Amino acid sequence: MGFLQKHQVLERSPTLLFIFSLLVVTIGGIVEIAPLFYLENTIEEVDGVRPYSPLELAGRDIYIREGCYVCHSQMIRPMRDEVERYGHYSLAAESKYDHPFQWGSKRTGPDLARVGGRYSDAWHVDHLNDPQSVVPESIMPKYAFLGRTVIDGDQIAALLKTHRFVGVPYTDAMIDAAEADFRAQADPDADWDGVIERYPGAVVANFDGQPELTEMDALIAYLQMLGTLVDFSTFTPDASR
Amino acid sequence: MADKDIDQVTGTDTTGHEWDGIKELNNPLPRWWLWTFYGTVAWGLVYTVAFPAWPLVNSATAGLLGYSTRAEVAEQIAAVDAQNAQVAGRLATADLATLAPDDPAHRYGVAGGASVFASHCSQCHGSGAAGAKGYPNLLDDDWLWGGDLEAIEYTVRHGIRNEVDADARWSEMPAFGEILEDAEIAATVEYVLQLSGQDHDAGLAGQGAVLFEEQCSACHGEAGEGIRDLGAPRLSDAIWLYGGDRETLTQTITYSRFGVMPPWGARLDEDEIKAVTLYLHQLGGGE
Repeated sequence: MGFLQKHQVLERSPTLLFIFSLLVVTIGGIVEIAPLFYLENTIEEVDGVRPYSPLELAGRDIYIREGCYVCHSQMIRPMRDEVERYGHYSLAAESKYDHPFQWGSKRTGPDLARVGGRYSDAWHVDHLNDPQSVVPESIMPKYAFLGRTVIDGDQIAALLKTHRFVGVPYTDAMIDAAEADFRAQADPDADWDGVIERYPGAVVANFDGQPELTEMDALIAYLQMLGTLVDFSTFTPDASR
Repeated sequence: MADKDIDQVTGTDTTGHEWDGIKELNNPLPRWWLWTFYGTVAWGLVYTVAFPAWPLVNSATAGLLGYSTRAEVAEQIAAVDAQNAQVAGRLATADLATLAPDDPAHRYGVAGGASVFASHCSQCHGSGAAGAKGYPNLLDDDWLWGGDLEAIEYTVRHGIRNEVDADARWSEMPAFGEILEDAEIAATVEYVLQLSGQDHDAGLAGQGAVLFEEQCSACHGEAGEGIRDLGAPRLSDAIWLYGGDRETLTQTITYSRFGVMPPWGARLDEDEIKAVTLYLHQLGGGE
């Protein structure tokens, strides 16, 4: 049996074929995936990126639950047209605390990676209640029920712990204060100094304009911080990355 | 190789594989396909040498061509900026009030301003700038904070009632639900209806006039003509931001309104701010 016929040995034994297939796939995986964890140019430290505040994290869960990612991406690609329209292209570090990331692959609606601060809170409320009231040509569905769904954040500390388990550096202090921070961020009259201290750059506001803390508050708190953490007036991207 | 075993019916060589007397014909891939395949393999290798690809110990190979996505986008932006540098620079430093309409910088501004408006402003003010409930129409000559070039530019740059820009335009109407009785609010509503020439209860409006004089005229003017320095809207016309019917007016007076516009000074370039200012000014209502 010549060398070129050796493959017949594998092809005639299902067990051997399975073992060697697995071996080949494993090598491919190691070569393609493993370097991403140690190559310096795939890991970029960027000032300003922080874990999500409890209210933002709850808003992010609502974003995922409602399937916003099905129509909205959160990744500005390094292309001139995208940079001109949406702002600085996204950095990997900006989604390093996302589990799972929300990059998305479909833009039925616009990219949201830098939507934070672009519109007023009231606009987000109007737009989520009835998108066509502000953008008549929009095909986005209505999410008015978010403003009628009161949330109390009693599970929020557990959610932070879960994220810590997968690698987000929430401290014990953050987890202890999670429920208080959760409420304080949506109440400008509360003592929210701790929220800003623990989560620099967090926006404190009564996002939905109602006295109750609702899912609308959480989602808008999340939207209003998207893409705002990195100060691009001081950050110079390394062109080799 | 095994001995040639020609199939009698087709006259084709067989592979030597046989199952229950059925033999597999050996129909090799067309040569052109096979060589194209080998070609792509070779191309793949060349590609990984030319472009960033192979992971090594500390970094990946950079590729002989030195390509980088980030460098490319920076180059593309720089190239377009350089192409427009003259006209954009002229626009960025121009005094808009004296810029002639046939000046290339003016034309560049109006055309470019339309793009700026479409990507950054249309979500609130509408793609045709006609506004929506709570978001002013920019086509008419009714301006809350002023409609000359300087006022428009200031508003674009600093925004309105936002916490981000310390120079944002600012004013705040009190929620009169905490100040006046329901009946007093109802009377004031009737007077505002009278001011704007709508059907109203004359008796109540008479009481409302007194309340208006006390509570509202400082910002909205004695005759409800509005005061631009305070962003207080004119109430004596038929143009309403939130609605001029009895129900909406009652709501507005009871709970007040607080329209916020984000500042664009930090997000837009100098020439983009001037461009969108020129664009808005020539839409119809510019002063």
